[in-house]
Amino acid sequence: MTGYIIRRVLQALPVFFGTTLLIYFMVFAMPGDPIVALFGDKGVNPAIADQLRAQYHLDQPFIVQYLIYIGGIFQGDFGTSFSGQPVGQILASTFPVTLRLALIAVVIEMIVGVAIGLVAGLRKGKWFDNSSLVVSLILISTPVFVIAFVSQFFFAIKLDWARATVSGEANFPELILPGMVLATLGVAYIIRLTRSSVIETASQDFVRTAYSKGLSKSRVTRVHILRNSMIPVVTYVSIDFGILLVGATVTEGIFNVPGVGRTLYQAIIRGEGPTVVSFVTVMVLLYLAVNLLTDLLYAALDPRIRYDK
Amino acid sequence: MTNKDFHFVADIDKTQVAEIDAVRISDKPTNLYLDAWRDLRKRPMFYIAGLLILLVTTVAFFPDLFTQTPPNDNCLLANSNGAPTAGHPLGFTRQGCDIYSRIVHGTSTSLSVGLIVIVLTTLLGIIFGSLAGFYGKWVDAILSRAGDIFFSIPYILAAVVIMSVFSDFRNVWVISAAIGIFAWPSTARVLRGEILRVKQSDYVMASTAIGVSRFKILLRHVMPNSIAPVIAVTTISLAAAIVAEATLSFLGVGLPTSTMSWGNDISQAQADLRTAPQVLIWPSLALSITSLAFIMMGEAIRDALDPKARAQR
Amino acid sequence: MSTPLLSIRDLAVEFPNSQGTVRAVDNVNLDLWEGETLAIVGESGSGKSTTAHAIINLLPGAGKIAGGSIVFDGKELVGASESELEAVRGSQIGFVPQDPMSNLNPVWSIGFQVEEAIAANNPGLDKKAVRAEAIAVLQKAGLADADKRMKQYPHQFSGGMRQRVLIGIGLSANPKLLIADEPTSALDVTVQRTILDHLATLTKASKTSVILITHDLGLAAERAEKIVVMYRGKVVEAGPSLEVLKNPKHPYTQKLVAARKAAPRKEHMGTDVAVSISNISKVYQIKGSGFKSTPFTAVDNVSLEIKRGTTLALVGESGSGKSTVAKMLLGLEKPTSGEIKVDGKNIAGMNSRELFDLRRHMQPVFQDPYGSLDPLQNIANTIAEPLVTHKVGTRKEREARVRELLDQVSLPWAISSRYPSELSGGQRQRVAIARALALNPELVVLDEAVSALDVLVQAQVLELLARLQDELKLTYLFITHDLSVVKIIADRVAVMNKGQIVEFGSTKDIFSKPQQEYTRNLLDAIPGAKLL
Repeated sequence: MTGYIIRRVLQALPVFFGTTLLIYFMVFAMPGDPIVALFGDKGVNPAIADQLRAQYHLDQPFIVQYLIYIGGIFQGDFGTSFSGQPVGQILASTFPVTLRLALIAVVIEMIVGVAIGLVAGLRKGKWFDNSSLVVSLILISTPVFVIAFVSQFFFAIKLDWARATVSGEANFPELILPGMVLATLGVAYIIRLTRSSVIETASQDFVRTAYSKGLSKSRVTRVHILRNSMIPVVTYVSIDFGILLVGATVTEGIFNVPGVGRTLYQAIIRGEGPTVVSFVTVMVLLYLAVNLLTDLLYAALDPRIRYDK
Repeated sequence: MTNKDFHFVADIDKTQVAEIDAVRISDKPTNLYLDAWRDLRKRPMFYIAGLLILLVTTVAFFPDLFTQTPPNDNCLLANSNGAPTAGHPLGFTRQGCDIYSRIVHGTSTSLSVGLIVIVLTTLLGIIFGSLAGFYGKWVDAILSRAGDIFFSIPYILAAVVIMSVFSDFRNVWVISAAIGIFAWPSTARVLRGEILRVKQSDYVMASTAIGVSRFKILLRHVMPNSIAPVIAVTTISLAAAIVAEATLSFLGVGLPTSTMSWGNDISQAQADLRTAPQVLIWPSLALSITSLAFIMMGEAIRDALDPKARAQR
Repeated sequence: MSTPLLSIRDLAVEFPNSQGTVRAVDNVNLDLWEGETLAIVGESGSGKSTTAHAIINLLPGAGKIAGGSIVFDGKELVGASESELEAVRGSQIGFVPQDPMSNLNPVWSIGFQVEEAIAANNPGLDKKAVRAEAIAVLQKAGLADADKRMKQYPHQFSGGMRQRVLIGIGLSANPKLLIADEPTSALDVTVQRTILDHLATLTKASKTSVILITHDLGLAAERAEKIVVMYRGKVVEAGPSLEVLKNPKHPYTQKLVAARKAAPRKEHMGTDVAVSISNISKVYQIKGSGFKSTPFTAVDNVSLEIKRGTTLALVGESGSGKSTVAKMLLGLEKPTSGEIKVDGKNIAGMNSRELFDLRRHMQPVFQDPYGSLDPLQNIANTIAEPLVTHKVGTRKEREARVRELLDQVSLPWAISSRYPSELSGGQRQRVAIARALALNPELVVLDEAVSALDVLVQAQVLELLARLQDELKLTYLFITHDLSVVKIIADRVAVMNKGQIVEFGSTKDIFSKPQQEYTRNLLDAIPGAKLL
């Protein structure tokens, strides 16, 4: 097990450096001088500009800047945004919001997706199955911003059940509507995944053997079919959770949620290199960690998988 | 058969023993692709999706067949966010332009982006996926890690960064490249997995024993047998690319506002969501239906190509 | 004992397909008395398993009982409600399924799956008693350290042990009837024998009636008092085992019996050596935890000689290393040490050009008829591939050669434009043989080439192989786990166990006076060996 984890971490290293270098390169290549932009209409003071450039290492070649940044990040220094706020602080304030949002979305995905997928799979070919397939296809093909606007329009504007945008606090009740929007795609995928997984498990030999022992239909469904078909679903959900943690740019933008996705997007648009690189670095670390945890979770759910071999 | 020791023999005339292993062949040859094609033609989803795709493609190539109203000229501010009138069935945008005409003329943008992206992702995906899967070992290690690098950045975010870098020359090619460069690893992964499976088959071993070269085996035997899931994934990723283009335009880093695109129209309509939701609804609907058509087509193809899924129906 | 325990009358089972319905079982009648063992024998698709599944109404997919009656212990089971059937399953009728690999749920422990069966059929028992009973059941089924193994998962058990668990589950509630559906066909012969012996002991002690489903007439005759032979969904012959075996009346049964008897065979002893294998070993590095790997010796210092124009059978159970020897001979794997000489030339010293030329003289036929042909190449292309690869002849000449080859393996030219999915397993194997013969090789390596085929088809392919050997003066290396086939085809036999050759000699000698304990065990384990 330890050996497996070490191997995976070693595999993740080139991915981590490759990804951060790539994003650093792209950010470095962004047009426009952020220092000049900082002065706005006031006119550039060359002395201050040079001082700022040196402070942000903008006068160094980019590979050096990159190494300085990565080095700093591993020492807990995430750099400073152009507005003077430490990036670590921005992360600390935005991440919990995104975490709450992701949690809401994942819980909705699990409950709604699994329930509908299970019923559809057990009643293969009946009207419930067919209509759930159609609904999931429609959800998958509708862009998230359309779903966001439509639900904002109906639930917030027409029905007034929720606020159209989220306040600075971004507490749980406020995040339910954006969480629902964020969950729609996952719900659609989980319905389909659960359904096909249930159908496949139900046709396995061991299910027939379970019936042959004299077990009741409900017990076979709960203990043998459901337990086995949940393995791919739980794996999907945990990877999806990792993706949601990395931030949902569009949904956070539309509902004005002060989370990682919106903040990162704004930083990219403003050309704030340090913020972008620090955010992406943390996100990639998080994503790789969630992937590793997913594999371990998979091993916990399926005794056949043992990574110590 | 009440007697315990009774020796029963069936009426020999009624249960003729056929010639052992006699050859019985059907009227038409069958293999995976021929079967899938026959299966597809029995699916209503295939026809609905096919008709929609045909319609969208026709609109993209010949917009003038569908509307005479110019999308940009003759826009009257007096008509801003106006309701439908005669000759303008869907009403007017904020600038007072005809919504229907704008949707019709925006179609080719979405479709071009979708097509360029899948050509790019399929090309990169096939090269990376097949080499990694077939040659294994260090080739696989390097190519798979390269794929992971592109895969661990969410591709919308990456595209936002690229589009900011190219803020001065945004066009259909640049936006397609921005989406495609980060979307290919999923195609490569699907193909790699399939190739790993097919590589194990006895027919690959048989060809090796005949003396067929490794590369010829890859081309003649392994690729044709592993490409089926890629076809489905590609069709579905065409829909994803169309949506991604609209999303980038919506985020303000897509095509310039002078280019007619559904994403741009949706983006501009969001300001008036409260007062004039129809301005946003129509281009969104066009976008969703187009993407639905390609997703349905991909689903139908996937099910038709997968004997296991065929059995699930 | 005036009424049978189980009485099936006019049973019909249907499966829906695209054209309507197919009758998988039609007009089946049988009676089974208490304490009796009855075998249903048939090839794949004969309806034997379907009949068994119909008794406890666990037909796969959308299969339905279309008519007839099944009376068990005075109760009609056709049309019984789901809860009535639940009461019968397990407690009255136990079931042992065919494939030990797929019939235990991989995510639950062995103990859980046995306890579940006991709890379902003994509602009064508390948890502790259920556990104690489960351990007792497993011990009875032949798992000595049952209490320690309760927490383990199916993948930690070997095939034979899993089958013991399944037998334990089937017998856990002391049912009056046990249905055993090919309970040992996935296992090695020696394991098969111990398990069937054990099953017989258990059921005899408890006076349990048994329905044994099998494709093997010899096994049926050896294990059951009564045999029912099924063919294409119908019963063609039924009666006391020995009577049916010795005096088969229906043409189909007669063919089955004949297929098991070795036809007189012209012996080829040969003089010059075609292949000589000396002291080869193959060591694989098995990945262990972390970065360590442990060596595993698959083939251990094996030496063999194959004389030109003869057949050498390499016999062994799964994991004996026999297929690895074949792969090394074919140049698909490199030996860790040792030397392989074909026509006096050392394979290891060859460059790729020489190896390529060697392939003209040496061709394989693999086991799996469903995997050894590319499903997307038509038959003509498949057979012509060696010709194209070695640039033999013009397009026209190659077509003529494909025609000739199809003729040699008794397949019509009409299939040349068809794809493998339209052919049966036996026909695909014949295509594979035609492909192997395309370049006029001297040596053909047959790696379990007939093992996956039904008995009659197997006999037919063996006949074809013998005919081709005579006509084309071929040398065969025939790799198999099935000794009953060896008798029919081989001139010499090498027995392999755990990577080593344990015995080598002429077929006659090996069968009449085996020297080694291991060989004797293998021979004794051939089902029905003494009866035929």
